[in-house]
Amino acid sequence: MVHAVNDVSFELRAGEFLGVVGESGSGKSVTMMSLLKLIPMPPGHIDAGVADFGEHDLLSIDAATLRSVRGGQIGFIFQDPMTSLNPVLTIGKQLTEPVMLHTGADRRAAKARVIELLDLVGIPDAEQRFKNYPHELSGGMRQRVMIAMALACEPKVIIADEPTTALDVTIQAQIIDLVKDLREKLNTAVIWITHDLGVVAGLADRVIVMYGGRIVEQSPVAELYARPAHPYTQGLLNSVPRIDQKGGSLTSIPGQPPSLLAEPVGCSFAPRCAYAFDRCLTETPVLSPVDLAGEHLSACFWDTAEGKERS
Amino acid sequence: MTETINAPLGAPNGESASSPILEVTNLKKYFPIVRGLVRRKVGDVRAVDGVSFQIQKGETLGLVGESGCGKSTTGRVILQLDRATEGSVKYEGEELVGKNAGQMRVLRPNMQMVFQDPHASLNPRMTVASIIEEPLIEHRFGNRAERLAWIEELLGLVGLSPTHANRYPHEFSGGQRQRIGIARAIALNPKFVVCDEPIAALDVSIQAQVVNLLERLQDELDLTYLFISHDLSMVRHLADRVAVMYLGRMVELAPVEALYESPQHPYTQALHSAVPVPNPIVEFGRERIILKGDIPSPSNPPSGCSFHTRCPVATPECAERVPEWREINPGHWVACHLA
Repeated sequence: MVHAVNDVSFELRAGEFLGVVGESGSGKSVTMMSLLKLIPMPPGHIDAGVADFGEHDLLSIDAATLRSVRGGQIGFIFQDPMTSLNPVLTIGKQLTEPVMLHTGADRRAAKARVIELLDLVGIPDAEQRFKNYPHELSGGMRQRVMIAMALACEPKVIIADEPTTALDVTIQAQIIDLVKDLREKLNTAVIWITHDLGVVAGLADRVIVMYGGRIVEQSPVAELYARPAHPYTQGLLNSVPRIDQKGGSLTSIPGQPPSLLAEPVGCSFAPRCAYAFDRCLTETPVLSPVDLAGEHLSACFWDTAEGKERS
Repeated sequence: MTETINAPLGAPNGESASSPILEVTNLKKYFPIVRGLVRRKVGDVRAVDGVSFQIQKGETLGLVGESGCGKSTTGRVILQLDRATEGSVKYEGEELVGKNAGQMRVLRPNMQMVFQDPHASLNPRMTVASIIEEPLIEHRFGNRAERLAWIEELLGLVGLSPTHANRYPHEFSGGQRQRIGIARAIALNPKFVVCDEPIAALDVSIQAQVVNLLERLQDELDLTYLFISHDLSMVRHLADRVAVMYLGRMVELAPVEALYESPQHPYTQALHSAVPVPNPIVEFGRERIILKGDIPSPSNPPSGCSFHTRCPVATPECAERVPEWREINPGHWVACHLA
């Protein structure tokens, strides 16, 4: 059995931009997908947990209510727009249907709304593009269509799973620019899942770092990059080169990401951690505050700044 | 044959430092577009459209650009894995374009490639030992015992253990698989290695491991790299000189510091500003150049300077005349009317 996500707790505030950083297999996508039961079940199953969204617990509500939440109040942007758009339907058709379904608008009103949305996400000649099939659009344009789709019903929350990973860097810059712009206009809360520490640095209000299916650190963005508390976050920041400075040799994190097959015992980062001591192998550290305000949390027994065990 | 095993480890790194190991002149690679029953040729995809550069012995030349700019095709054509349409590739003064498979085979041990996807480039039915042994058998390297001894040494060199030799690729993680691919590439003591996006498929924490390995091997084995990548931050870390490609042409080539501190081509400037920096304070104060639109199709590239359709400072001249490739500072080449 793969223990993809273990005891993850977090909150998203209204209008907040939350960055979720982790490597492949860290559980970042599965966490967010499980919130809306978007993981295939079986084989997957959610053992325990609560996901409060307004007055609902998303993990226990009935299928019909869940459907109205999905796409209606929580929008999704997936990584690969080519596989998440239907290749045999025009983008107009794919966009009008959810608008009609969730808002009850008639076809004509829905079409007007969709063209307005395509315009909003910066697609030129929206009227013409309405009739195009996904293959007729470039990767960047397809991702814009996905964003339009996520915004269609004015959701309170948008979950974006690696939305720019498949894009070239100049197109990524266009999409990030668009997302910043839209946030100012619409004030939607965003959960942005990524493996790129650079992307969330300029976007997020708060950042969650995941490793081995757990949250290892959680902090306001400036604090996280200035004073990373968890050895994994520190290692990650030291192992990426920066375009704005020439550094010496890169400090890599030794070893391999953990296998999630075994029931996790102790800290999953311990085998790769330079600070690990016997307690790390037997006891699982819980997220606890490392600053006075209680906003910056880390799941580690060792205080790397003080060089001693945390009390 | 056994002497060659240890030869590269102590190879001299002296007076030859400034002679070019590779000279590429006006290299072109067009892929035909065919249509209809008789497969009539209706056009060309100009994947590589006249690039010229040299690689000095012992250096790392970074080749950067976005997808479809022709950087991987350039690497493949240099190694004659794809036939050049036009132009010349000289390896240590010897012309490679036009050589047949047999003639190339003699030269192959000198030039090797590390591929992007370590999942697709290793045969899943072969053990690690037989994957690395294959080129050794092909090029008649020693007897079986000598080969196995060398494979063990290679595995150690790339940071794996000799006990891994009899396992299959699926038993390894992505980073370890890339190490196997690197061991195979250096098995025949090459002098020149084309690294085609060797870290693009790896996790962030593993990328640094593989890059550090490539750097260490370069020192120990006196290797010359052509490092093809879309990751500008990593290229800054790794390369001595950097070439930027756009739509099959080279737009800028300069020593690494010059290219990152004072990029001259508007495309290089835009590319540079588009890469996010993992530091919120720096990110906050950064001016971003956002390019309009998408990369045009290489089957129908724009007239004149192919970047003029997206260039923030283009003049009418840019649409008419192809900018010439000129040296504006010693070693700093750029193709732009305005630079």
